[in-house]
Amino acid sequence: MSATAATNEASDLRDTALDGPELRVRLSKTWGTESGLWGALTTVDHKIIGRRYLITTFVFLFLAGLAAVAMRLQLAQPESKLIGPDLYNQLFTMHGTTMMFLFGVPVGEAFAVYLVPLMVGTRNIAFPRLNAFSYWVFLFGGLFLWISFFLNIGPDVGWFAYVPLSGPEFSPGKRADTWAQMITFTEVAGLAVAIEIVVTVLKQRAPGMTLDRIPLFVWAVFINSLVIIFALPAVVVASSFLIMDRLIGTHLFNPAEGGDALLFQHLFWFFGHPEVYIIFLPATGMVSAIVVTFARRQAFGYLALVLSLIAVAFLSFGLWVHHMFTTGLPQLGYAFFTASSMLIAVPNGLQIFCWIATLWDGRPDFKTPLLFVLGFFFIFVAGGLSGVLLASVPLDTQVHDTYFVVAHFHYVLIGGAVFPILGAIYYWFPKFTGRMLSERLGRWHFWLAFVGFNVAFFAMHISGLMGMPRRVYTYTAEMNWGALNLVSTIGALMLAASFALFLFNILRSMRVGAIAGDNPWGAGTLEWATASPPPPHNFDRIPFVTSREPLWAERDSLPVVTGLRVDNRELIASTVTEARAELREPSPEPSIWPFLAAIATGITFVASIFSPWAVVWGGALVAITLIGWFWPKGSKEDEG
Amino acid sequence: MRQRAVADLSSLPTYGFGPKSPMWWGTLGFCAVEGMGFALAAGSYLYLVHVNPQWPLSAPPPDHWPGTVLTLLLLFSLWPNAVADRSARRQNLWAVRRDLYIMSVIGVLAVAIRLYEFAGLHVKWDQNAYGSITWILLGLHATHLITDLGDTLVLLVLMFTRHATGKRFSDVSDNAFYWYFVVASWIPLYLLIYWVPRWA
Repeated sequence: MSATAATNEASDLRDTALDGPELRVRLSKTWGTESGLWGALTTVDHKIIGRRYLITTFVFLFLAGLAAVAMRLQLAQPESKLIGPDLYNQLFTMHGTTMMFLFGVPVGEAFAVYLVPLMVGTRNIAFPRLNAFSYWVFLFGGLFLWISFFLNIGPDVGWFAYVPLSGPEFSPGKRADTWAQMITFTEVAGLAVAIEIVVTVLKQRAPGMTLDRIPLFVWAVFINSLVIIFALPAVVVASSFLIMDRLIGTHLFNPAEGGDALLFQHLFWFFGHPEVYIIFLPATGMVSAIVVTFARRQAFGYLALVLSLIAVAFLSFGLWVHHMFTTGLPQLGYAFFTASSMLIAVPNGLQIFCWIATLWDGRPDFKTPLLFVLGFFFIFVAGGLSGVLLASVPLDTQVHDTYFVVAHFHYVLIGGAVFPILGAIYYWFPKFTGRMLSERLGRWHFWLAFVGFNVAFFAMHISGLMGMPRRVYTYTAEMNWGALNLVSTIGALMLAASFALFLFNILRSMRVGAIAGDNPWGAGTLEWATASPPPPHNFDRIPFVTSREPLWAERDSLPVVTGLRVDNRELIASTVTEARAELREPSPEPSIWPFLAAIATGITFVASIFSPWAVVWGGALVAITLIGWFWPKGSKEDEG
Repeated sequence: MRQRAVADLSSLPTYGFGPKSPMWWGTLGFCAVEGMGFALAAGSYLYLVHVNPQWPLSAPPPDHWPGTVLTLLLLFSLWPNAVADRSARRQNLWAVRRDLYIMSVIGVLAVAIRLYEFAGLHVKWDQNAYGSITWILLGLHATHLITDLGDTLVLLVLMFTRHATGKRFSDVSDNAFYWYFVVASWIPLYLLIYWVPRWA
């Protein structure tokens, strides 16, 4: 039994009674965020939090990029004295850890936090306070890692922190603990956002947005969130086991007491391989969005694209052992994981053909976002080809832990994720800020990045085949790796320069960029149906969706639904498959409690490195903040 | 862009139960995350059983009686839990208070029995890998017992305040849903912790 709307009060003002500017002003007031510090700490607006997530992840990208530049300068010539082995170990660990956990995974979620509610036509993300909490936890985790680094307790055991190297025997001190707790911070945040996205997509789609009308970007981040939900617990288990072995004397990875070091690798890669796709899947959604808009036609093979995403998601859980081919596994294991590693190329290839077909049949407009997508095709396919090579056990054994592998995974990660993400920034920047990025600087950025990337990383294939191992801080001149390393460093500097140009373009365009208007690219999805940047409530009235590209199908006027409250935060909860409107669901007001809960969580995580009892008193602290969070306050939260 | 109204949703309710409620789906999401955590911890247990020639490692099997009593209590609790869910859906405040009270007592009892379980393991977490993984499985589930007990107590108090209206009944229903997960996740852990050391 459900309550009906019979509890109306005198102040129950609906959007049926208002129109035009007055409706917008009133809704903006209801959904707005207070100005000043209090507003900043209490906001639950998905756009503000999404913007923070994006900026923070890009700051981490730049920091990790600078770590890479430092390493490239060290390797530019043989026996360089620029950086010593200890700092070098920390640098490659910080680079990998930051790129994977503080940029690669969260940046896709950051886009989703900002865009999904707009693209599915709702007013806020599901569980907006959890969203605020997740951002603060993520920020604290990232700060914890980088402050530790500057205090010389940054991790130095590689981004996957294998035992026994990272165990209590070979890594005394706190460096490996820093790595393990950073994992806990970021995974708590990542899982929270994944659940928000899943519920937003399942339950908050605008009426009429049936499953086959969901934008491809939303499909991609939805499926990605499901992968996150099932993959991230593995790394949490791995890092928790590690920290328990280090701090309270468990023996999970200690062979002398019945533990097993390979158990860590299994747990880590059961997460780690899906993680590659956690980084890649949102990027495919960005590619789909950009290709459709700039090809000026619907996606060729929408169903094939969605099914490919699902296939990739499933298969990604069956590949993890190909990271462990040199650990001495049973023959059958080799055969199975080789086959599955090759199999996943099929749905990925299918997606690429669908995008090419869309462009082929459309009237492509080669603006900067599309350039980055074309760069993605080239680089990602090249990385995929070296990936098929690496799926073969004999070849993998030969080049294991060499620069060939470094080249391969930078081709798939930078090609497969960073290029589409840069294209996505050019594409959605007008929506985020209301201004266009400079097209001329964008082209310079693209070509500098494309050439710089290939110069830097193509050379690494060869240095790897010549036997250069990864994670060495220097090499002797007799190895004859000097010239190739110098080429890689020159390429890396070009790539770094392209990012400086990108930053300049962003800072300049935020002030003097051309005014974008609602829909500067003439795109078809719902985020372009509202103002740029969108008002706090996203849409004055919730759209009624009749097509996959609503703005192309409804060129004169947008069908909308009415009847929502104006003086209280209300959005539409709809059915899972058909998106029939089901509830006028109240959406939470701003609150300081998520911020306080994140501080309590942060204190608990950091203190537990120093005393296991912190889990007990810290847990109580977190519980108090959670009760404060969930306890209803004010009459607004009781209505409904 | 101009708009044209095609439907009026004024008469829709503002909350619902079960899959109608976004919170139900959120709870399901957390069950998936935590269920995956249980599955991986259980997988790690079996992995360690597999790599060791004997199991348990230099320790007698744990005393199963506290665990068996807890299992029976948890299975029994399914009945008052289902009643609590039904009372919430009927929005019967008096019955919801009664049922939450009963579930709180069951939760306190469960946590107390859990302490006896730890005492009856006959092994410490820092003794060997068997002790480590056994304590972890039991501890992981203990955090769920405590979390749900905390949630139930907060809801019980809430039901004696002016906030005991509308949507809060849906929260009680979602809490009952979560308790099913806590019970369901215990059954395989019970077999792993108490019976695999006897059968392996």
